[in-house]
Amino acid sequence: MVKTDIAQEPIGPEHEPEAEWMELNMGPHHPSTHGVLRVRLKLDGEIVRDADADIGYLHTGFEKSFEDKTYTQGITFSDRMDYLAPPINNVGFVSAVEKLIGVEVPPRAQAIRVIMMELARVSSHELWLGTTGLDLGVYSGFFYAWRDRDLALDLNEAYSGVRMMTSFTRVGGVAWDLPDGWLDQLQRFIDVMPSRIDDFESMLTDNPIWHQRLEGVGVISAADAIEAGVTGPVLRASGVNYDVRKAFPYCGYEQYDFEVPVGTNGDCYDRYRMRVAEMRQSLRILQQAVDNLPGGPWLTSDRKVALPPRSELSKSMEAVIHQFRLVSEGFKGPVGDVYAFVESPRGELGFYLVSDGTNKPYRMKVRPPSFCNLQALKRLVQGVLVADVIAIMGSLDFILGDCDR
Amino acid sequence: MSVNPTGTLVQRIGERFKTALQESSDFRGDLSVVIEPGTLVDVARYLKVEEGFDYLLHATAVDWPARDPRFTAVWEVRSLANKTRIRLKTTAAMPDPHVPSLTSVWPAANWHERETWDLFGITFDGHPDLRRILMPPSWEGFPLRKDYVSFGEPVIFSDQKLEGLEPDAIRG
Repeated sequence: MVKTDIAQEPIGPEHEPEAEWMELNMGPHHPSTHGVLRVRLKLDGEIVRDADADIGYLHTGFEKSFEDKTYTQGITFSDRMDYLAPPINNVGFVSAVEKLIGVEVPPRAQAIRVIMMELARVSSHELWLGTTGLDLGVYSGFFYAWRDRDLALDLNEAYSGVRMMTSFTRVGGVAWDLPDGWLDQLQRFIDVMPSRIDDFESMLTDNPIWHQRLEGVGVISAADAIEAGVTGPVLRASGVNYDVRKAFPYCGYEQYDFEVPVGTNGDCYDRYRMRVAEMRQSLRILQQAVDNLPGGPWLTSDRKVALPPRSELSKSMEAVIHQFRLVSEGFKGPVGDVYAFVESPRGELGFYLVSDGTNKPYRMKVRPPSFCNLQALKRLVQGVLVADVIAIMGSLDFILGDCDR
Repeated sequence: MSVNPTGTLVQRIGERFKTALQESSDFRGDLSVVIEPGTLVDVARYLKVEEGFDYLLHATAVDWPARDPRFTAVWEVRSLANKTRIRLKTTAAMPDPHVPSLTSVWPAANWHERETWDLFGITFDGHPDLRRILMPPSWEGFPLRKDYVSFGEPVIFSDQKLEGLEPDAIRG
């Protein structure tokens, strides 16, 4: 039951007066918070009457730091926010800059971005499965999830040299072409993952304990979900068919054949189903991207934003000048403000970029999906048992680095 | 990104609210309107109820120290059904910047406005729970203001005075 106003709670002999509610701190170091989050619960016996999420423990001031760095330097900040899906942050950030400046991205770069983003989605959902299971007592699942997630991180490493903070995008494309043999490695990942997801599902989907812990817990209706501003799988589990990849295709998502899973009950169990189904859809997208990977350049030939190839530097004075200008002061954007958004594993990740015509963002506001989902926690936990708070927090899949920035 | 049916929506707002619509722009397909603060809540309610903008994306602010009024508060909302988006802006002047809160229209604005107050020091009139959210409750100053130094302690020599700098805002 979702109860929006504590004042409406019946007061009777079975309900203790508010003065006798106990206040319980959950966190900031509680394992289920997956980061540093403190939730102040008001308890009436074991029933939660109110909750106040105290965030900000991981606030690092990225929005301020963006203002001091050029657009290219800012890419490295973007992946440190949501550290479980860095490629998607990279793409979100550069797509805001590309929208501001109006840069065309070559098809091969778009396909590489899609591959990296879907890999990130699979690995993020894997981690979510593992840790949420861990919170609810499915200890073995964590090790399987970690093993499978490592396959995606291996691919990240083979491509960008870094397992997590890939920083692989550049304004107008990506930094490198795919290395030799990488697609074979990816193909092995695509081949093995469906059976690994099946293993997981055979462990959880019909498990009676898993059902009891998640079904009917943390229910939010479609109208409430929209009003609360939740996004991503949490919104879709309530029956709202909204996925940025379908609604506003970017990076050529309109070319891929995939479905957006939509739930009906809006409870924790549906959110679990959404994420498992999304992993399968991501694998479909990955297979199509591998099969139809376009050739050609992976970075725009617009020398105003993209570095010239090194081979040109020994032959062309102009290339040397462009290289020097881009490395020393970057490029400038026109005056204006744009909002660009991508679908992260947690929902709509937006970048609101205000430019005053210099080589740095004048203001970079991030719309973090974790922040928006965590805001709904107060609504979701009212009237539930303390143990269900763990399940609900897990089902929201927030990342505090993303939430606090 | 999709193309907004810009002209018509802005015209409808203009016809209905006359002078409250101070400015409108369509930059790279992003529709923005600047609304006079006193009418903002009415415009927001009109957008939600009659134009179907049901989903609040974010709320924030931009600090322009050289301008008067200095702050621009920004709300971005979307209609999930029509797949359109509009950015609402209004302005707030120093020394005590105030704008109306839109939490009564879009409850999801709650945390976003708290964050904006926390980082910019703009008061949202009518907000139910305006307190710091990212910074600790005891924090002084508003970090995202342009005169708030981002790295290190600022050095102000005895014969110098930084323009528009409040002593409390100088925290490294």
